[in-house]
Amino acid sequence: MAVAVPTPTAAVSVRQDGATTLLVFSGNWRVGQPLPDPAPALSAIGGTTGLRLTAERLGNWDSSLLAFVLRIYDAAIAGGQPIDCQQLPDGLARLIRLARAVPRVERPPAGARTGWLARLGHTAVDRWHRLPDLLAFIGELTLAVARFFMGRARYRQGEFFWLIEETGPRALPIVSLISFLVGTILAYMGATQLALFGAQIYIADLVGIGMVREIAALMTGIILAGRTGAAYAAQLGTMQVNEEIDALRTLGIPVIEFLVLPRVMALTLMAPLLTLYASVVGVGAGALVAAMVYDVGFNAYYFQTVAALSLPHFLVGLSKGTVYAALVAFAGCLCGMRCGRSAQAVGEATTAAVVLGILLITISAALLTIAFQRLEI
Amino acid sequence: MPEVALTVNHLTMAFGTRVIQRDLSFDIRRGDIFVIMGGSGCGKSTLLRHLIGLQAPAQGKIHFGDTDFWQVDESTRNAIQRRCGVLFQSGALWSSLTLQENIALPLLEFADLAPEQANELASMKLALVGLAGFEDFYPSEISGGMKKRAGLARAMALDPEILFFDEPSAGLDPLSSARLDELILELRASLGATVVIVTHELASIFAIGNNAIFLDAETKTMIASGDPKQLAVDGPATVRAFLSRGKP
Repeated sequence: MAVAVPTPTAAVSVRQDGATTLLVFSGNWRVGQPLPDPAPALSAIGGTTGLRLTAERLGNWDSSLLAFVLRIYDAAIAGGQPIDCQQLPDGLARLIRLARAVPRVERPPAGARTGWLARLGHTAVDRWHRLPDLLAFIGELTLAVARFFMGRARYRQGEFFWLIEETGPRALPIVSLISFLVGTILAYMGATQLALFGAQIYIADLVGIGMVREIAALMTGIILAGRTGAAYAAQLGTMQVNEEIDALRTLGIPVIEFLVLPRVMALTLMAPLLTLYASVVGVGAGALVAAMVYDVGFNAYYFQTVAALSLPHFLVGLSKGTVYAALVAFAGCLCGMRCGRSAQAVGEATTAAVVLGILLITISAALLTIAFQRLEI
Repeated sequence: MPEVALTVNHLTMAFGTRVIQRDLSFDIRRGDIFVIMGGSGCGKSTLLRHLIGLQAPAQGKIHFGDTDFWQVDESTRNAIQRRCGVLFQSGALWSSLTLQENIALPLLEFADLAPEQANELASMKLALVGLAGFEDFYPSEISGGMKKRAGLARAMALDPEILFFDEPSAGLDPLSSARLDELILELRASLGATVVIVTHELASIFAIGNNAIFLDAETKTMIASGDPKQLAVDGPATVRAFLSRGKP
């Protein structure tokens, strides 16, 4: 459409035509460009006379004009004033009809904002209602593990070995790095104190018992929570989003056995090996620090370590590592299976898996440490 | 205004060395409802991804008006992309945003609007697709058909000149699908936009398409073009079979 003036700005003017009030729209209406003040147009509403909308020298227009007209239209309808849009350009009149064809739905969304007390209550009730699901999950998993050891569980062997490779060997680099650094820190921290009375050789006892009994298992558990637990939650959550899990269910395949069992078993079987490996790397790091910084000979360090450590230390460490890994796998799979059906839900499930995993590790670490002390192991 | 909104010249699409379709040439006229049809796996959606700039052609050119889409620099290409609205197959609504935020996001990013203005426009677009009152819902809280309509509202957020639809009726019941077709027709009539649809839904093809091309998976090229109603009568045998569901 040819426009005489180069981009005349959007304007609306109020005129009287006998008993009818006219609102005349003109100029170019573009989203992002200045729009006229709606006040004069809105103040024309409320009379008992009819209201007619019309266009004069209207240039290019887009949604901004439609939004503006709809505001006037709604105000007129709310005031019970008759409004006539027929003289507007055909496209615009049709869009108004279309926009108001379906009545507004007055229904708050499910996640509507409520007070914190109400939210707290809802969360508590929600948790309570989900408790049976949790118990069912634990129960089914326990049965699945029992069937696994009887060799009657249904899962894909190929996937199980892939999971073993993914959780075990592929975790070695990060486990090496972290246990090496933790071993170094432990050696330095102990040595600065022990060197005060010339007892550097006891770095070996400190690092050896510390790594083997506690730290190796703890660090391995935390690495697995961030690395594998999160991955499990994301894998299962995405399968939930894609309805892959529903597809398994409709085929009558036991989902827990098929998906959760191999993951839990892979991680639980790999955990003692990773813990043992982490202990060795940590002790090695301690030996390096002792030899290079505090002049303790490698041989002396070795014999001191061997004398300090006994089989129960190893068993305590490895059993802790195994428990932590089992809890991490449990948390990852639980959060993944409970995942909602959106990209956001997958993110939440992954976060929840790591947080729950680390929480469970910490709680069980406290309980196990107290238990082992009382049992004098 | 030029008559032709989009021109495709000797386009060859490939993934690495695997050619999907070769030597496609056609024009999309302004105001057309242009249907890209063909059997499953013939490259319909891939062609759409080329047209909306998600994938570069192996050979050939795509012109928007007078601009060679793949020759210009990225910022020009982005500016052209913003003149296109796309409705993806499953709506592709951002799940962490409410419907209103989904539609307001492009407005806030590219139209330099105040948040209230963007929200007002977003509410209006929702009303246009029959979702007034659903502003604060998240995509996970609405049905598949509603997601499609909300996706349409987002595709229209920046008042595009060309609207692209990837299988708009996939996953919808016949009634919802027909309503979506009517909505597309109504919006095209009132906004004057050009519409490009990828579909194999016969009812939609006949109800709204006024120009079409047919991509063939066997010969890996386009074997017919024109008005689908006409093609059903005098098109090549493969096309007639497709348009009559295999019945002679």
